[in-house]
Amino acid sequence: MIAMLELQKVRKDFPILKREVNGRPLVYLDNAATSQTPQQVIDVIVDYYQNYNANIHRGVHALSQEATDAYEAARLKIRDHFNIAKSHEVIFTSGTTHSINLVAHGFSSFLKKGDEILVSAMEHHSNIVPWQMLADRTGAVLKVIPMNQDGELVMEAFHELLSEKAQLVFCNHISNALGTINPIEEIIHAAHEKGAAVLVDGAQAAPHIKADMQALDVDFYTVSAHKICGPTGVGMLYGKEEWLKKLPPYQGGGEMIAEVTFEKTTYADLPHKFEAGTPNICGGIAFGAALDYLNTIGLKAIAQYEEELLQYATEKLLAIEGLKIYGTAAKKTSVISFNIQVIHPYDIGTILDKLGIAVRTGHHCAQPIMDFYQIPGTVRASFSFYNTKVEVDILVDGVKRARKMLL
Amino acid sequence: MGIAEIQEEIIDEFSMFDDWMQRYEYMIELGKSLPLIEAQYKTEDNIIKGCQSKVWVHAELEDNKLVFTADSDAIITKGIIAILIRAFSNQKPQDIIDADTDFIDEIGLKEHLSPTRANGLVSMVKQLKLYAIAYQTQLN
Repeated sequence: MIAMLELQKVRKDFPILKREVNGRPLVYLDNAATSQTPQQVIDVIVDYYQNYNANIHRGVHALSQEATDAYEAARLKIRDHFNIAKSHEVIFTSGTTHSINLVAHGFSSFLKKGDEILVSAMEHHSNIVPWQMLADRTGAVLKVIPMNQDGELVMEAFHELLSEKAQLVFCNHISNALGTINPIEEIIHAAHEKGAAVLVDGAQAAPHIKADMQALDVDFYTVSAHKICGPTGVGMLYGKEEWLKKLPPYQGGGEMIAEVTFEKTTYADLPHKFEAGTPNICGGIAFGAALDYLNTIGLKAIAQYEEELLQYATEKLLAIEGLKIYGTAAKKTSVISFNIQVIHPYDIGTILDKLGIAVRTGHHCAQPIMDFYQIPGTVRASFSFYNTKVEVDILVDGVKRARKMLL
Repeated sequence: MGIAEIQEEIIDEFSMFDDWMQRYEYMIELGKSLPLIEAQYKTEDNIIKGCQSKVWVHAELEDNKLVFTADSDAIITKGIIAILIRAFSNQKPQDIIDADTDFIDEIGLKEHLSPTRANGLVSMVKQLKLYAIAYQTQLN
């Protein structure tokens, strides 16, 4: 548990939390969109550009070697954090969307007409569109695993949908719009029994759960660094070695080749086969630093404290007349999506912004979920380990004020 | 009254308010009280797409003047629409084409007309001007 004293210390790590918005202290509750960056990670970014900025993997000079060492050290940190068997199973990408597209593109070569791809009903647009494109290219059929009113996947329906025709099952570990923690162990196990591969989007899970790739036995898993106190524009794709060897390269370019003539190119070994061009070197190094930071606090302590914040905020918000929470799964993370009667979420978000409170409003890039509940969108407050109960109180007061003004 | 005068009037009105709360309460009142568009014009075609709040705009020419009606499902957006309509509706197309929207800045609502804000208002202003251009061409 993060004790009160430690919380104040943790908050000091985040310079942005000291700023004001609209004349009030910032209350940042949009952590599911992007997390804030601690000084420790900012220092790593500055150090890179001040001291050893160079291109990697090809230079003969000292700076290039230092940058390469730091970048590859970050890969090892990622490997260790997610308990990945081999470092070359860690592919640096620009983030989750890139990772998913890489896999979807690769599966174009395996799928044929009539094959099935299963996707959960609570996906982010970036988790729907690449599979629709894949289905269009290959003639495969996209099947949707339904969800219930609480925002949980209907597992009976999943088991019924899952047949020998399924080649790939895709699901987020945690829903960005609802906070639901999905039963990915059960999904992975069942899919493997039918011979289907499983890709899990861990973008929303990584800030709360230390996912163990070997224990999960998942085929692919994706993470974005900016959700876990790292910079934007960098992330990872984990893939089992056997799959990564089978998948064709996604982009052509430098770094991903072994030999090139105009007649024929041979591709580099893993992981470089999927890392064409100069990568986000500084971002990769900072990704590693972000994991170091999280591990110093400890994800268990983080999850426990966020659970406490979630309970506290849920109780307080539900006491507001007419407030309805969307996503009431038994297992969920510190995300609260809500509406008040007929008030448009945009209006509530606008008033909260005036009060210095940052929330997300809208469909959260998950239009099908909003269609399911027949609402235009929600207000989403998402809490991180650096948020406080005082901030929850400010949110609750702000929502009450908005309600009074808008109803 | 011409557009510039109406805008001055609106600026005057808003200068009475001391803080953002009062400004917003006033806008919300404007949003609540005005029936802005006839139901028959709240069609898919008249929706400004890609925004968090839906915005509908309809234009008609009456006595060589352009009359706008509009609506939104978000009340603050609707309040700003009411202000925009007050400034631009019932004016000659050429005057609408020539008019600027700086008064929004002066009444402290600048952030709502930021091109990157997904509330539909910037597209709405653009749409008002496009209607004006289209009708001006007709008048010529």
